[in-house]
Amino acid sequence: MSKAKKQEDVRFGKFGTVSFTKTTRVNDFIDYLENGKVMYTHCKTCGVNYFPPRADCGGCLSSDTEWKEVTGNGKLVSYSQLKYAPVGFDEDLPYSIAMLDYGDYQVFGRLDSSLDIDTVKIGMEMTTVVNELPNGQLNYIFKKA
Amino acid sequence: MGKVAIIGVGQSKFVRKYPGSLRELAFEGFKEAITDAGITNNEIDASVFCSAPEYDKQRSPSAVVAEYLGLNPQPTFYVETLCSSSSTGLKLAYSMVASGLHDVVAIIGLQKMSEISSAESQERMGRGADIQWESPFGTMMPAYYAMHAQAHIDKYGTTLEDLAAIRVKAATYGQINDRAVYRKAVTPEMFTDPDNMMSGTVSSPLRVGDCCANADGTSCLIVANEEKAKQFCKKPIWILGVGTASASVNLTGRDRVHGLLAAEQAAQKAYTMAGVGPKDIDVAEVHDCFTIAELLAYEALGFADPGGGKELIQGQETYKEGSIPVNVDGGLLSKGHPIGATGGSQIRTIVLQLRGEAGDMQVQDPQIGLVHNIGGVGIYGNVTILGNQ
Ligand SMILES: [Zn+2]
Repeated sequence: MSKAKKQEDVRFGKFGTVSFTKTTRVNDFIDYLENGKVMYTHCKTCGVNYFPPRADCGGCLSSDTEWKEVTGNGKLVSYSQLKYAPVGFDEDLPYSIAMLDYGDYQVFGRLDSSLDIDTVKIGMEMTTVVNELPNGQLNYIFKKA
Repeated sequence: MGKVAIIGVGQSKFVRKYPGSLRELAFEGFKEAITDAGITNNEIDASVFCSAPEYDKQRSPSAVVAEYLGLNPQPTFYVETLCSSSSTGLKLAYSMVASGLHDVVAIIGLQKMSEISSAESQERMGRGADIQWESPFGTMMPAYYAMHAQAHIDKYGTTLEDLAAIRVKAATYGQINDRAVYRKAVTPEMFTDPDNMMSGTVSSPLRVGDCCANADGTSCLIVANEEKAKQFCKKPIWILGVGTASASVNLTGRDRVHGLLAAEQAAQKAYTMAGVGPKDIDVAEVHDCFTIAELLAYEALGFADPGGGKELIQGQETYKEGSIPVNVDGGLLSKGHPIGATGGSQIRTIVLQLRGEAGDMQVQDPQIGLVHNIGGVGIYGNVTILGNQ
């Protein structure tokens, strides 16, 4: 009998500037991020796509899901540039949160910080790209297509 | 179901920093409501305590408050829907009384926000969103509402001047409300003067002047069944409609960011239950945590068509003398927004209006009033319709 304790899977602690939860059944999202891919989940039973990814379908309650990659362009739904930040995010200022519409799912994230905010327009085509933060954490950002 | 009335209302002054404990703050609104209702605490046969968690250390605060207010051994419940907690409390109390299980119920809303810093408070509020997928990006309430403002500006041509005009209106009434935390006047010029604090960007396009102030405060409502209401109260205010809805916490699950679907759905349910429509509303309180939120409310409630909110404020139709007076007590923008107390405070304002007891803020002879109270960024929508007949 092995006395070795099973390691807790805390990969999700790597997500975002500050992660507020470490364990989730969609922890593979982080492995995909490390390989440069932003993924969503697809319910194999009823066909619904989910971003953010889910281990279980809220429609048909099936847990038979598969990973698919967020590819191509999304349309910018809206955005805002923050000049104040919540505790833990000061170092990132100024940064912009935003959402892209990919048709049958939407992705919430941040705008590429190198973008000139005055050139950002609602409706513009953007892509979702993995980004490593200065503190070594991972998130994803939206770049001009 | 039996009829249910509000027979007593109370509210503390909303202040930057309340110099006492949570239970002592709760006492202030409760005492006023009990006195207003002309009853004693022995008449209360259940209480509902409403606040958002993590602003103070007290866990299960309903128990501490019930003890302090002399409400043992009657049952007490703790309810939370972020900024709409106390209008949710009203709906629960309505259900408890209408079902016949209870006769007289107290709803106590409270928040003591000053126990933590403003930045910590933003972090707490940001975590009123999805902490797994959105909070790690550094979200906060002003930024989410700013995204709604940006989308509304883009879709309907709403301007920053329109938003400033809503703050100017709020300040008009905040100056005459002695319970408000912000009592000063606000002018449109403050928003364009780079040296004025009001013009500073918080989260584009929203400026300091577009945001409500944190505050400490409490509110209290006493509801009763028809028999008790008629026994205790000369001017019972009847609960005609309680519409509530919920929406995806994730912005990604929403079909729009130029409006709040939960608010629209709650309004439809409340109108249907009350058997009235937007044109029947004589006075309203809406959840103006940000200027854009009031504009969205005009449209969600049917006071204006989608995109038409700006014309209402431009024409001063939502002033006291206008066709649909809104937030003539200063709103959250001037009165302040002590999260768990806010809904009860809004309801108190409408009760006073419908009784004709609103003093300098009194609208002429209102019969039907409406309260729109939103939890999170449209996660919870509560619309309550009250009448004096
Ligand atoms: Zn499914």
